[in-house]
Amino acid sequence: MECQECHQRPATVHLTKVINGDKTEVHVCEQCAKEKGYGESSFSLNDLLSGLFNFDHASSLGNGTAPSSTPPAQQLQCPKCGITYQEFTRIGKFGCAECYKTFDDKLNPIFRRVHSGNTEHNGKIPKREGGNLHLRKEVEQKKHLLHQLIEKEEFEEAAKVRDQIRKLDKQLQNEQGGDG
Amino acid sequence: MMSLQNFMNEAISPWMKEEGPDSDIVLSSRIRLARNFAQVTFPIIAKEEDLKPILDFFDQEFAHQSFKEYKNFELVPMNNLKPIEKRVLVEKHLISPHLAEQSDHSAALISENEQISVMINEEDHLRIQLYYPGFQLEQALKRASELDDWLEEKINYAFDEKRGYLTACPTNVGTGMRASVMMHLPALAMTQQVNRMIPAINQLGLVVRGIYGEGSEALGNIFQISNQITLGKSEDDIVEDLQSVVRQLIDQERRARDTLMQRSGLQLEDRVFRSYGVLKNSRIIESKEAAKCLSDVRLGIDLGFIKNISNNILNELMILTQPGFLQQYAQETLTPDQRDIRRASLIRERIQLEKQ
Repeated sequence: MECQECHQRPATVHLTKVINGDKTEVHVCEQCAKEKGYGESSFSLNDLLSGLFNFDHASSLGNGTAPSSTPPAQQLQCPKCGITYQEFTRIGKFGCAECYKTFDDKLNPIFRRVHSGNTEHNGKIPKREGGNLHLRKEVEQKKHLLHQLIEKEEFEEAAKVRDQIRKLDKQLQNEQGGDG
Repeated sequence: MMSLQNFMNEAISPWMKEEGPDSDIVLSSRIRLARNFAQVTFPIIAKEEDLKPILDFFDQEFAHQSFKEYKNFELVPMNNLKPIEKRVLVEKHLISPHLAEQSDHSAALISENEQISVMINEEDHLRIQLYYPGFQLEQALKRASELDDWLEEKINYAFDEKRGYLTACPTNVGTGMRASVMMHLPALAMTQQVNRMIPAINQLGLVVRGIYGEGSEALGNIFQISNQITLGKSEDDIVEDLQSVVRQLIDQERRARDTLMQRSGLQLEDRVFRSYGVLKNSRIIESKEAAKCLSDVRLGIDLGFIKNISNNILNELMILTQPGFLQQYAQETLTPDQRDIRRASLIRERIQLEKQ
């Protein structure tokens, strides 16, 4: 099989990508794999994903052993639990909450793939650990509402919302002051 | 030996005996929340000194407590259980196979009616599970969230403003929530429509699995449908999206049943009664065949072919004829061949009970 990128060298790197059930196969030579970014990180990423979802074709990744050049990213290590980035990609699991901070720079592409392009939380906020996030989210929502009301020229309602925002802002300032 | 009636009373979770909305097609609704303690390493790499305090804490704070209508939580440590007992809990969906494999410092906190089970030191420190009969996802979410708040009064959760609830696996981060429904879709399966629908359902960020979770077969035409995405969408939105797909599946299944009845009513009736005959008469039956026949009989009850049999016979017998339960009922370890014999006699006995 020839490389589908350069159509010259034989394809030695075979990838199966599955995104939300859509399966695409990539057959390229080592050089093109590096150029097109099918390098180390995307191998471990795919490896990780296939491990996560128990895809049958996980084995199809196996034959092209990942190019062995190890970028420094692989040496990141979580100061709390000691897990390295490489271990994380191999087992597909974080070791502790701190890992999320340690590997933060590397996580967006992973989350995007797993969660259909999403990288940030948009749901429930716990009462204790959430701090004043509740208040801040509420202010955000009210500001959004305020814009909508102004656009619709519902000024009376808008004035009410504006006052609510002021009150919340004050509350926020007080809380932040109180926390030191 | 215990009578089947008594055994069943204990074996079938009290909540399962209740009927819920659309329970002719949706057997149960479940919400699962993954949570972790902020300062403790996750169970996969944690040491004894990390995990034991969590278990002790639950024993002190939550064992024998009640939350709303869920009374008298019992803490069940995994290392106190025999393999068969663990298997029974897995078959009742009260614990995961993963938890059953962990022994030291793992446990489940289970409410008396078995609607709530909090798994402790599974892949995450906590896996909060709540079941409702029938199609009641919204209600389940509301209660699960209240239960989560109640636990949080005493726990500092691992939470990050940007990423949400932090979990061991990247597939659970954000809401940490997996919402799922168990559906009986015999007409869609018979007409080969399910297989065509699955890719479309996957496209919507939902997953279709068999009755015992990941990788398991859709035994008895029972399918589990759940959300794949946990990050970037709110809990309400996730549940709403799942609900709308479930509603469509309910409609499609009802339509497929109507069509089958109109076009091949007699063949359908024949199939139902043949399966009924097998269940009533067989002396040896393996689990796959039992599941298929149970699905047919349940459909026959829904369509009015079979009367005088309660419609939760499928839900009950799907659980009671699993290896763990069969062995618990027999009070001994059984080989697969012996199980097939026991399974047949248990089903016959169960059908006999209906006639009394």
